[in-house]
Amino acid sequence: MKTSTSIVKKIYVALIFIFLYAPIATLIVLSFNASKTRAKWGGFTVNWYRSLIQDETILNALGTTLLIAFLSAFAASIIGTIACIAMSGMKRRNRAILMGITNIPMLNADIVTGISLMLLFISLGLKFGFGTILLSHITFNIPYVILSVLPRMKQLNPSVYEAALDLGASPVTAFFKVTLPDLMPGILSGFLMAFTMSLDDFIITHFTKGSGINTLSTKIYTEVRKGIKPEMYALSTIIFVTVLILLFLVNIAPEKKASPDSGK
Amino acid sequence: MNSKKNILAAPYAVWSAVFIVIPLCMILYYGLTDKTGAFTLENIAAIASVGHARALWRSILLSVISTIICFLLAYPLAMILAEKKGRAGGFIILLFILPMWMNFLLRTLAWQTLLEKTGVINGILSFFGLPSLRIINTSYAIVLGMVYNFLPFMVLPLYNALSKIDENVINAAKDLGANKIQTFFHVILPLSVPGIISGITMVFVPALTTFVISTLLGGSKVLLIGNVIEQEFTQASNWHLGSGLSIVLMIFIIINMIVTALFEKAEN
Repeated sequence: MKTSTSIVKKIYVALIFIFLYAPIATLIVLSFNASKTRAKWGGFTVNWYRSLIQDETILNALGTTLLIAFLSAFAASIIGTIACIAMSGMKRRNRAILMGITNIPMLNADIVTGISLMLLFISLGLKFGFGTILLSHITFNIPYVILSVLPRMKQLNPSVYEAALDLGASPVTAFFKVTLPDLMPGILSGFLMAFTMSLDDFIITHFTKGSGINTLSTKIYTEVRKGIKPEMYALSTIIFVTVLILLFLVNIAPEKKASPDSGK
Repeated sequence: MNSKKNILAAPYAVWSAVFIVIPLCMILYYGLTDKTGAFTLENIAAIASVGHARALWRSILLSVISTIICFLLAYPLAMILAEKKGRAGGFIILLFILPMWMNFLLRTLAWQTLLEKTGVINGILSFFGLPSLRIINTSYAIVLGMVYNFLPFMVLPLYNALSKIDENVINAAKDLGANKIQTFFHVILPLSVPGIISGITMVFVPALTTFVISTLLGGSKVLLIGNVIEQEFTQASNWHLGSGLSIVLMIFIIINMIVTALFEKAEN
């Protein structure tokens, strides 16, 4: 009885994973497809990987995407962390208002956020391009940082910071030597979350980018009608495999490290 | 000390005022005025016109169906994963986030390849002598795309809520004579309500407002309210009408938030 339910469970999990990974397998297969159309298999080739290196528009879009993801996650981490520190010393009502506003981009529809920012940039007379995309991405990334730093902020023991002050550290030194290291795990996971969200964003970028600049997402969207370049499949396969390897390393490495240490 | 901390609040307070609050006010302004700047409710009333109302109704229908399917698929899955304590469960959860690193437009497009008349799935079906599946460019394909894209958003909060349930509570229920079904409906389900609520919100809102999934999988045949708004902004350049329809969309999002909040309160 017990084994039969556990088999059913395993089959269920497996089916869901097939559902989730079928399109990814498809894209990986397409990246090796010699035929340019998606519809038929024209034999195995690595040509798309070779031509990818020379495809400047795709590489430019990749560069823009990575740069915006990094800069926006970095800026959001700084602004978000400062906001968390400030909120910890705020009156309850002010904090509630600020948290309420923080929740808006998370709960609101991306299309509304994108349109609202577009209307703002137009009325400010800003030139649409890299800058407007960056401002938008920082805006929707800050909440992710705040939501991952705030729980750690609550666990902080204020006496440690005060002890550092008593021992003669300046507030700035005490912050960088005591508070910041304690917050670091929260900041890092917020940064990673923000980076991922920025990489995967299409809708908000679509409304705030203007012409003449593309991230990978908007580049793919413009190619939908005329057909996706096979180099795009090659690039996304490379990105996916890289992340997969990194994940395995991160997940397996601590296990190995933990075993010799535990003997001490 | 406190006054110093208040100064620290300034950057984010200014940022959120400029980039969150003011932009929303601008949508309200554009939505409630016409091209001359005079107050009007016409842009909002435009939702009642046949084409718009149909698109909105279709969006609501498809997003509700997708949310229900996501919930039904995700709940047993989250329960199975929550049983695996520690590393194994955490690792499987990572496998749910991993697909997000492959661009979601490409992943959705891949369903075209899978679903096409001569696509992979129909190839497999015909190999076994089964009738072929014709759902590409229909509402069914859009629902499939929504479920595919948003399923992780349902699984993760459910998993978080279910893995926090104290095993002792479940054991206590069993000791007190509850059978499996009773334990589920009287203990596990009520305790997972916060996860259910955030899961529903995280699936329903993006499904209701998407224009990408319908563009990629519905051909140009099936218009959702998201498509209508997107076209007003990028093609028709009628920001007033687009903003008015966005306000209607926001009203639905707020209704969803109120309903879920009330539901959460009732549970407590």
